[in-house]
Amino acid sequence: MLNIKVNGETREVESDPSTPLLWVIRDEFGLTGTKYGCGVAQCGACTVHVDGKPMRSCSAPTYMAAGRELTTIEGLQSAAAKAVQQAWIDLDVVQCGYCQSGQIMSAVALLAATPKPSDEDIDNAMAGNICRCATYHRIRAAIHRAAGSLTA
Amino acid sequence: MRIFEDGNIGTAIDGSTASTRDGLNRRDFLKSGAAAGFVLALQLPLGNKAMAAAPAASGFAPNAFIRIAPDSTVTFVIKHHEMGQGSTTGLATILAEELDCDWAKVKTEYAPADTPTYKNLAFGAQGTGGSTAIANSWPQMRQAGATARAMLVSAAAQKWKVKPEQIQVSAGVISGPAGQKAAFGDVAAAAAKLPVPKDVPLKDPKNFVLVGKQQTRRVDSIAKCTGKAMYTMDVKLPGMLTAVIARPPAFGAQLKSFDDSAAKAVPGVKFVVKVPEGVAVVATGTWAALQGRKALKLDWDGGAAALSTEAMFADYRKRVGGAGAASVTRSEQTASGLKSAAKSVDAVYEFPYLAHAAMEPMNCVAWLHDGIIETWGGHQFPTFDQNFAAQAAGLPPEKVKLNTLVSGGSFGRRANAWSDFTVEAVNVAKAISTLPGGKVPVRVQQTREDDMRGGLYRPQYIHAVKVGLGSDGHIAGWQHTVVGQSIMAGGPMASLIKDGVDETSVEGVWPTPYALSNATVDLYSPEQPVRPLWWRSVGHTHTAFVMETLMDELAGLARQDAVAWRLNLLKEQPRLAGVLKLAAEKGGWGKTLPKGKAQGVACHFSFNTYVAQVVEVSLKPDGSPRVERVTVAVDCGVPVNPDQIAAQMEGCVGFGLAAALYGEIEIEQGKVKQGNYHEYKVLRIPDMPVVEVHIVPSTEAPTGVGEPGVPPLAPAVANALAKLTGQRVRRLPFARHKFTQA
Ligand code: FES
Ligand code: FES
Repeated sequence: MLNIKVNGETREVESDPSTPLLWVIRDEFGLTGTKYGCGVAQCGACTVHVDGKPMRSCSAPTYMAAGRELTTIEGLQSAAAKAVQQAWIDLDVVQCGYCQSGQIMSAVALLAATPKPSDEDIDNAMAGNICRCATYHRIRAAIHRAAGSLTA
Repeated sequence: MRIFEDGNIGTAIDGSTASTRDGLNRRDFLKSGAAAGFVLALQLPLGNKAMAAAPAASGFAPNAFIRIAPDSTVTFVIKHHEMGQGSTTGLATILAEELDCDWAKVKTEYAPADTPTYKNLAFGAQGTGGSTAIANSWPQMRQAGATARAMLVSAAAQKWKVKPEQIQVSAGVISGPAGQKAAFGDVAAAAAKLPVPKDVPLKDPKNFVLVGKQQTRRVDSIAKCTGKAMYTMDVKLPGMLTAVIARPPAFGAQLKSFDDSAAKAVPGVKFVVKVPEGVAVVATGTWAALQGRKALKLDWDGGAAALSTEAMFADYRKRVGGAGAASVTRSEQTASGLKSAAKSVDAVYEFPYLAHAAMEPMNCVAWLHDGIIETWGGHQFPTFDQNFAAQAAGLPPEKVKLNTLVSGGSFGRRANAWSDFTVEAVNVAKAISTLPGGKVPVRVQQTREDDMRGGLYRPQYIHAVKVGLGSDGHIAGWQHTVVGQSIMAGGPMASLIKDGVDETSVEGVWPTPYALSNATVDLYSPEQPVRPLWWRSVGHTHTAFVMETLMDELAGLARQDAVAWRLNLLKEQPRLAGVLKLAAEKGGWGKTLPKGKAQGVACHFSFNTYVAQVVEVSLKPDGSPRVERVTVAVDCGVPVNPDQIAAQMEGCVGFGLAAALYGEIEIEQGKVKQGNYHEYKVLRIPDMPVVEVHIVPSTEAPTGVGEPGVPPLAPAVANALAKLTGQRVRRLPFARHKFTQA
């Protein structure tokens, strides 16, 4: 049986190891902050971190996460993560909110790699995350704000 | 009954503690004119009392919208559906303003299905749409808050033996003349024993501390930034199963036979059942259900194999001028005016079907138990959903319990008068309930493809227009024909169609705020096997494009500035003229721009709100448009939550731009081509312009903002493109055209 370390805790996986990680995270682990939006790596609603890198969990088989660190929105802990969430709250980025776990996961990964991103860096890193409510204007502003608070 | 693992049902889902500013509502529905007739028009029983609401809490509940607990926690019951538009925060802001409670202690929960208590006062039915949430709730929530406050004050006055006039209330603290202090919870029990006063005076708006202020934050930000907000997708009930339905591959296709042996062999698959929507595969988890569905062998007949969107456009063009038109307005002078015109525009405009493509694909949980049907879902129209769920379950409406959760967007999709995703969940729950082990809750989940290919689109339309200008530049004649499906036909609102005119097909063309004499408007409403639906701003999605690009062309023919031309036709419309002037001023209308950039403008009145936009557009190296900046001016009466009004304008711009650039659902041989986001493109962050929003200060009653920001965007961009390239777009989306700078 496969073991996965999710949000710091090792868990056994009962599902077939080829099941997309998204459904194991949601249906088996009960971590429902990670969303389903398209199932084909188009929308980013299912974004999680595997060893700190963003990954579309709907299109990754579960065995790929074996022996690696899986982090979902529920397990965010880093200073960058807290800064991103705070900036999101300060600017009231969310509308329906359904895409926002994925947006935040992508933004946190961006700041980990690029602490002071330009607008272009943001566009490149976030282009895989659809927000149908089109909160993009505030997403850009919130990422800059979080970056500013981290380097201040 | 313990339902969720954390012991809660459909309440306080996203209502952690507050911090806000609100918004408004986004969905569409009837325009206000038609709305008055809504109750009578409904062919559904109204007035069903719901299943028991949330258990009565101890403390003080002066009305159906407010509960105050002994620990002073204030809970507001929100009667509108939260789809992101911020109406939860908006309604809470209005209640808290009049109640003078501590905003930081406010909690919110969603109302049960109970039409008499929680109806939308604009419709008479319980539901959210037509950008009415704040507008219809404004007087009602103010009165509810003020009444509760008066009772708390009376209770404190009795306790301290002073006059109510000597008492002050601020941020949840009640203060007496001798320095007495009480929290709401301290006098809640005494207040609960008092008679409910009538017609309590409301606050003077100049004393508002929350309404119109920037510090009032969304109540749901924290839950939605931490993954804790509970959507239908996330509902977990003991023994719950998940189902997906194999649906007809083409409109009208019928199932001839199916073989489910391979599907049943998939680990985790529990049941395969035939339902009116298709064949449902019910499993222990989503992936198992999907694998089971893949393993089904299905034999469908061809369905409407001749159905094609191109053929539909051709057919619509042929109808213009033929038999069967309904008259929207008629002027004897149209024909002569056109004949004598010195200059004219003669154009046909084509608008494709559009999918809503909300981020959370449609879903609903249903459970038949103890003689009732209970559902969990994004119930945007509880009155419909309750009645249709009852019909599907074969139970009376009183035996339906709806638990309304926040939804991952709607844009009109969840406000359908057939309750499609609620009904299919009930159908599956009912079908499995007779099987051994089948008396369990089931979540029916549509995939993105199910949702996108399932119909319920903004209808395809054409407009054929002839406008003549006299030699002096005045409009001499205006002949306008609209062809497209009626949204209301065939549903419970069909009786709102008067003399063949579904107002939602022509709103924005007629009536018009422009001083147009000599106008004749006709409407053809052909039927199609594709079910149409409201889509954020409804008829205005296409009518504003035609009217506002025409205004630009006419201004050009008359050699007038596009803003001045409009202002001249809006002399009786100070509020629309006001936003146009404001957008022009703030957007620097007419300023010199670097080569390769052009400005465009449009204004539109919808859902009782006035919006104007000035856009700056350039071309990408591949010749597609890049919208760089949008300046929005909006007049929506009293701005309840200014930052959420801005948020809705930003969202409307992005949503409108997605449709203008890319939005198109095509049908060939009865089948929908687009199934997912790589085929039906929506806006991504690199395409998002800078948006600057200016709100007109106002003391008029508040009106909606969820939709009215959409209509002006596409025509403003088209007008800028015409200036930049000399090309006039008459068929949407822009992706169909290649632009080159003039
Ligand atoms: S659900 Fe994985 S990218 Fe859309
Ligand atoms: S907030 Fe609704 S999809 Fe992003």
